Amino acid sequence: MIFFQGYMKYWREDYSSILAYMYEHMIISLTVIALSITFSIPLAVYLTKIKSDLIKTITFNIANIFQTIPTIALLALVIPLFGIGFVPAVVALFLYSLLPLLRNTYAGMNSIDPGIIEAAKGMGYGTIQRLFKIELPVALPYIMSGIRVTSVYIISWTTLAALIGAGGLGDLVLAGIGYNDSMMIFTGTFLAIIIAISLDLVINKIEKIFSYS
Amino acid sequence: MIELKGVGKVYEDGFQALNNIDLAFENGKINVLIGPSGCGKTTTMKLLNRLVDYTDGEILLDGRNLKEIDPIELRRQMGYVIQNIGLFPHMTIYNNVAAVPKLLKWPKEKIKKSVMELLQLVNLDPDTYMNRFPSELSGGQQQRIGVIRALAADSSIILMDEPFSALDPISREQLQDELISLQSEINKTIIFVTHDMDEALKIADQIILMKNGHIIQKDSPNNIIANPADEFVKDFIGKKRLTPKQKLPSLDNFISKSFVSIQSDSSTAEAIKQMTAYKLTNIPVVTQDDMYLGSINLYGALDNQEETIENLVESDTYTIESTTETVEVINELNSINTTIPVVDGNGKLVGTLDPYQLLYEWRVTSEYECGEQ
Repeated sequence: MIFFQGYMKYWREDYSSILAYMYEHMIISLTVIALSITFSIPLAVYLTKIKSDLIKTITFNIANIFQTIPTIALLALVIPLFGIGFVPAVVALFLYSLLPLLRNTYAGMNSIDPGIIEAAKGMGYGTIQRLFKIELPVALPYIMSGIRVTSVYIISWTTLAALIGAGGLGDLVLAGIGYNDSMMIFTGTFLAIIIAISLDLVINKIEKIFSYS
Repeated sequence: MIELKGVGKVYEDGFQALNNIDLAFENGKINVLIGPSGCGKTTTMKLLNRLVDYTDGEILLDGRNLKEIDPIELRRQMGYVIQNIGLFPHMTIYNNVAAVPKLLKWPKEKIKKSVMELLQLVNLDPDTYMNRFPSELSGGQQQRIGVIRALAADSSIILMDEPFSALDPISREQLQDELISLQSEINKTIIFVTHDMDEALKIADQIILMKNGHIIQKDSPNNIIANPADEFVKDFIGKKRLTPKQKLPSLDNFISKSFVSIQSDSSTAEAIKQMTAYKLTNIPVVTQDDMYLGSINLYGALDNQEETIENLVESDTYTIESTTETVEVINELNSINTTIPVVDGNGKLVGTLDPYQLLYEWRVTSEYECGEQ
């Protein structure tokens, strides 16, 4: 009870800075997610349309390599290129997020029954019409699940962005470690989880709206 | 009217898929392209909506060179049904059927009217089905939608690429029947690819039999069976389909010449004696010069032993003329279970026919043929 009262007091005194951290965290995460979607999905679609296996292999290997670098190391590696702060954090997390979305979209596009594509072609859908009216909608469940997985990862990884001065809830956790303040650590962790869960719910809703069966 | 003149297709790797194809698809007819796999039947069909482009010759659509027509426009003018059905899983049945009219930017009312009519045409209640998704329908229903989707834009030419081959046998039969009755209402030019000769014989107005990129024979189903062009055609049609008329031995072989008969002036007691001696339930009655009068039933005779044969004879019995085709006799046999009298053209009794014997022989012959295939 005493702990709880103490915790309420901490919130009362610090809520504005806590919310600021949360806001920072969300801005970084959402920027990365937005970038990742606008880049990975078209790239994956492009990869399904080309015949060259070489380009596909190279692209997936690059994405794979980024994924295998430990997050903290990747954040450190972008410092010489972009310095510290928001930009390098976004760049590092973006590179990190490439693979899951790329793979899911690619798999989704490849999973479309060739009969559907042949029917669409034979019925007189042009290439662009076919992509937007048939292929992407049919592959949408795969793509959405890619977006969900990526988003949840990114929110969790953004916590580490505090290490290179990008702020966010990671700052709260790091400060908590420094002051040995479990309330700060708990608050940072808890809020990151809340953001991840609520984003997951939102995407789930969007997925429901667009899904067919 | 679609005409192919000296059309050839050579793939980039040098494979000659089609060679000098001359062909005309008549308006309002079901044209069936058939042949073993790799014969070029599907390629020929895909030339028509330019999913495959030809490398030699020319194709004329109502006198217009096909290559002058924009492929996208062309495809919207032709219905297309594929083997894997290929309904769009994310669209309702309504939107699936309405797909091409929407591409053609028809007014909403017109699209709706057309979709409703088409659903009724294949006996799917519009109110029940139009808002369902393809995954909620059975395979047969899905392909019905596939067929009417091809009809939706009211195109005069429909291309069908083995549309029923992925269905179970019962749905396949039903859809073939429906296609035939549908065609009698809509009169489209249908180009139908199949590898199933039964299907081709059932639905085709014109059969085009292909092999290795050549047309081997094009003819009506009856003519193709009556006059197969060569051994390959015969093989492809199959001995079983060619034989029913030729291979069944003529009726003569089944007629028993050593039959028992009785003359009309004999006594009834004599007739009963004959029938019990030969274990018959019926005996044919003839005049002195062997003209067939009718027959006497054993039980009738036993009940009325005092009557004369002339009064007992039943003259409306079933008889066969000796010149009848065996097949026709077999088709008539289903309800006959006594020995049948056989007469010649003048009504003279020439023998009797045991239906069980005939059916037995027929079964042995057909089993032999099936085993041979």
